[in-house]
Amino acid sequence: MAHPIAPATAPAIAPISLKAIAPWAVFFGILLMALIYFVGAEQGATALISGENVHEWVHDGRHLLGFPCH
Amino acid sequence: MNSATVRGLLVRGMLAGLGAGLLALVVAYFLGEPRVDAAIAYEDAHTTEHGMEIVSRSLQSTAGLATGVLVYGVSLGGIAALAYCFALGRVGRFSPRATALLLSGVALVAVYLVPFLKYPANPPSIGDPETIGKRTTLYFLMMALSVLLAIAAVIVGKRLAPRLGNWNATVVSVVGFGVLVALAYVFLPAVNEVPEDFSATLLWQFRVAALAIQLTLWASFGLLFGHLAERQLNPKPAAVTAGTDAPAAAPVH
Repeated sequence: MAHPIAPATAPAIAPISLKAIAPWAVFFGILLMALIYFVGAEQGATALISGENVHEWVHDGRHLLGFPCH
Repeated sequence: MNSATVRGLLVRGMLAGLGAGLLALVVAYFLGEPRVDAAIAYEDAHTTEHGMEIVSRSLQSTAGLATGVLVYGVSLGGIAALAYCFALGRVGRFSPRATALLLSGVALVAVYLVPFLKYPANPPSIGDPETIGKRTTLYFLMMALSVLLAIAAVIVGKRLAPRLGNWNATVVSVVGFGVLVALAYVFLPAVNEVPEDFSATLLWQFRVAALAIQLTLWASFGLLFGHLAERQLNPKPAAVTAGTDAPAAAPVH
């Protein structure tokens, strides 16, 4: 049954302005995606650091998290 | 609603991602590692060249695994929190908690499940080292496509809602997402590099373990982050349950 005080259970939330989100989204978005790159792909198809150390260290995580490996 | 709100949500997202990562790590260690070891045993039995071990197996399966899963959890938690800042109050009349759980469900499907169904997780000894470039490109392409299609589906659903109603608009956008994903599956090249005599049982168990890790990660992230976000954005109910004088208009939970 629709009751007149329905907003009390799901109050409308004011959206956060895009201007407030943008700087955080750009800076942290890039930083965090770089971290995922190091876990998921570094020293696989592409390498920023030479050698095999990063790849070997996160090897099991890479396989179990579903990233292509070897 | 300003920059401080975004910062608070981002920090909570990364913390929730760390907590979810810890739970996913437990699943990865107990369900996943035995399968990784079995696959490496197969690999050792089928290859004559034994490369130098740079990181020992005991480190790979503990500290290495923890690094991978926790960094993954924190990073995705932070990115999900940023996406949450956009979604909050824009996707519909959902509480902060419900929005968090909804976002986690969509993220599980878009970030993991859709790419997984085309290019599933593989244990060691599956995959030709020669094709790593192609496989990596295809996997990340599928992931990007899936995330973009999911965002598009949410926007389209939102636009259709006033005309079709919430239910039908959701059905139409989900079906549209499914059809476009199916088209991507059809047109992107297949990758099947499983050796003929590799155990089907082991492959299945490995992939189920990989799925269980993601399910644990996103379910616990949704619940943890939802709890933290609700407390940050909506501190009133907490005060009420704490036993202070409840305002007359306090919502009954």
